[in-house]
Amino acid sequence: MKFFRLVWANLLRKKVRTTLTIGSFAVALFLYGLLVVIRGAFSGGADQASVNRLTVINKTSLIMPLPFSYRDRLLRVPGVTGVTYATWFGGVYQDEKNFFPQFAVDKDTWLDVYREYRVSKEQTEAFMRDRQCCLVGKSLAKRFGFKVGDRIPLRGTIWTGTWEFNVCGVWEGDRPDVDTTGMLFRFDYLEERRQFGKGTVGWYVVRLANPDDAVKVTKTVDEMFANSPFETLTQTEKAFAASFAKQMGNIEFLVTTIGSVVFFTLLLVTGNTMAIAVRERTGELAVLKTIGFPDLGVLWLILAESVLIAGQGGVLGLALAKLFTLGGDPTGGLLGSVYLPWSSLGLGFALALGVGAVAGLLPAVAAMRLRVVQALRRV
Amino acid sequence: MVRVDGRGNGDALIRVRSLDKKYQRGSEEIHVLQGLNLDVGKGEFVAFMGPSGSGKTTLLNLLGGLDVPTSGSITVAGDEISHMSGNKLTAWRARHVGFVFQMYNLIPVLTAFQNVELPLLLTKLSKAERRSHVETALSVVGLADRMKHYPRQLSGGQEQRVAIARAIVADPTFLLADEPTGDLDRKSAEEIMGLIDRLVHEHGKTVLMVTHDPRAAEQAHVLLHLDKGVLVEGAASGGPA
Repeated sequence: MKFFRLVWANLLRKKVRTTLTIGSFAVALFLYGLLVVIRGAFSGGADQASVNRLTVINKTSLIMPLPFSYRDRLLRVPGVTGVTYATWFGGVYQDEKNFFPQFAVDKDTWLDVYREYRVSKEQTEAFMRDRQCCLVGKSLAKRFGFKVGDRIPLRGTIWTGTWEFNVCGVWEGDRPDVDTTGMLFRFDYLEERRQFGKGTVGWYVVRLANPDDAVKVTKTVDEMFANSPFETLTQTEKAFAASFAKQMGNIEFLVTTIGSVVFFTLLLVTGNTMAIAVRERTGELAVLKTIGFPDLGVLWLILAESVLIAGQGGVLGLALAKLFTLGGDPTGGLLGSVYLPWSSLGLGFALALGVGAVAGLLPAVAAMRLRVVQALRRV
Repeated sequence: MVRVDGRGNGDALIRVRSLDKKYQRGSEEIHVLQGLNLDVGKGEFVAFMGPSGSGKTTLLNLLGGLDVPTSGSITVAGDEISHMSGNKLTAWRARHVGFVFQMYNLIPVLTAFQNVELPLLLTKLSKAERRSHVETALSVVGLADRMKHYPRQLSGGQEQRVAIARAIVADPTFLLADEPTGDLDRKSAEEIMGLIDRLVHEHGKTVLMVTHDPRAAEQAHVLLHLDKGVLVEGAASGGPA
């Protein structure tokens, strides 16, 4: 700590340069925060996926249905404690740009399997009573101003015609990262009105008694329906969510690439700044060595400066990103869950410190190797 | 007790024997110091004079452990430093040598207090002990009331006095001063030489000084001339205390 004053004084030597470098880190870490949010939003809930749920889809394609009769057979598989199902509806609310996901779900089992969805007892009862009832996610309700009692018309794109729903509940997640941008409505309402596909569901969700049984149950289910007209592909919910998200493009790759470029650029900028700072202080570093500062001590002083700049910029940028996400979805609901987890903030801070250390390393080594006699001659 | 003939007894604080320093510049070998002998006792004030390129600063660098000789030996207070490793030499320097430079070489972003405190950061002294030492050093150089000033807020003479305080704060075995008055006006130079004189006579410090200024050299007990790497005894004027 006794050397902190020396490090701090050196940072204040060129206030504008230090501020700009801290600013570079802040901007980069703010961007990192946004990229984490975007990645989380587009991962389709892969990060939030439960480990004790499996998804069973048609082996041919996710858009191909499965027979309703599979439900009872799935329930009989050892290790399975619950089965529910859903079908993608694909309706349009007023205009195509108002996209949000709608799922027809089994009213009796869905909320039991997806316990992270929080719906009040009264609203659950209303869902059971009214065939045209729908539950909207909190973000969706906020996006369009839906409230209990509203009537929502959707134009069907798969099953044509206008479909009307009564908003009888708003669900929230039990964690901040639960996606609340969708709408759930009763499967029996879809089944009653749809012109085709009757007796089929989009996919099944199987709840396991023990996550360790996942491999065994997966094998059992897929073997059970092998060589049938509707062969199945059973996978973990995480894998399912990831494959669902991939239909929108490889967001993960995009986000990782942008993030890497940003951090690499930051590394170059900071490395250059530190190199200039060391070069300007050659004489002073020589004096420090003359009065007895060891080579390693000088190396740590320069590294500490670089890391301190990175730390300050990191904290600033991450704090701004966190504040930004607390304001909700800036896209009006397109992103789904806008949440920057503390673990990502920690990782971002560690990344900032890492970049600071690496950027400072070369100048620090140069300072460490500085030959006092030659450096003093230049003073 | 300053001798340059290599016949000094074992009581000398600084004992230099057959000191050689050569530099390679391209294909040319430059022999800066040639078989130099020197004995300096505790509390002596020695001035080195000589034309540019005669090896004065090189000698000071060797005595201060900033550079290593090509051959020969340097023994200070019983420590043979000529063959010490880099880290050992750095630690030795911190404990035994106080440096005063022509251009003061203060850290501009630190106050006078913080500049003087620098050598003490390398010790195990507590914050309170460091403060006490720094205040004492600044009092000795007459700048106790300027400790919160930055170098830019001080005159050249005051800056050099802060540099001297920095050099003495850790109570080193001896002081090396490389043209301490070279960048000062006459009045400030006299003040600095008065201060060095007090350090020698009142505080018993051993001082080795390189200078081009005959007035400054007059203050020393012994004046030595360096010419083409060879040390020659000159007239002593200050006289030992």
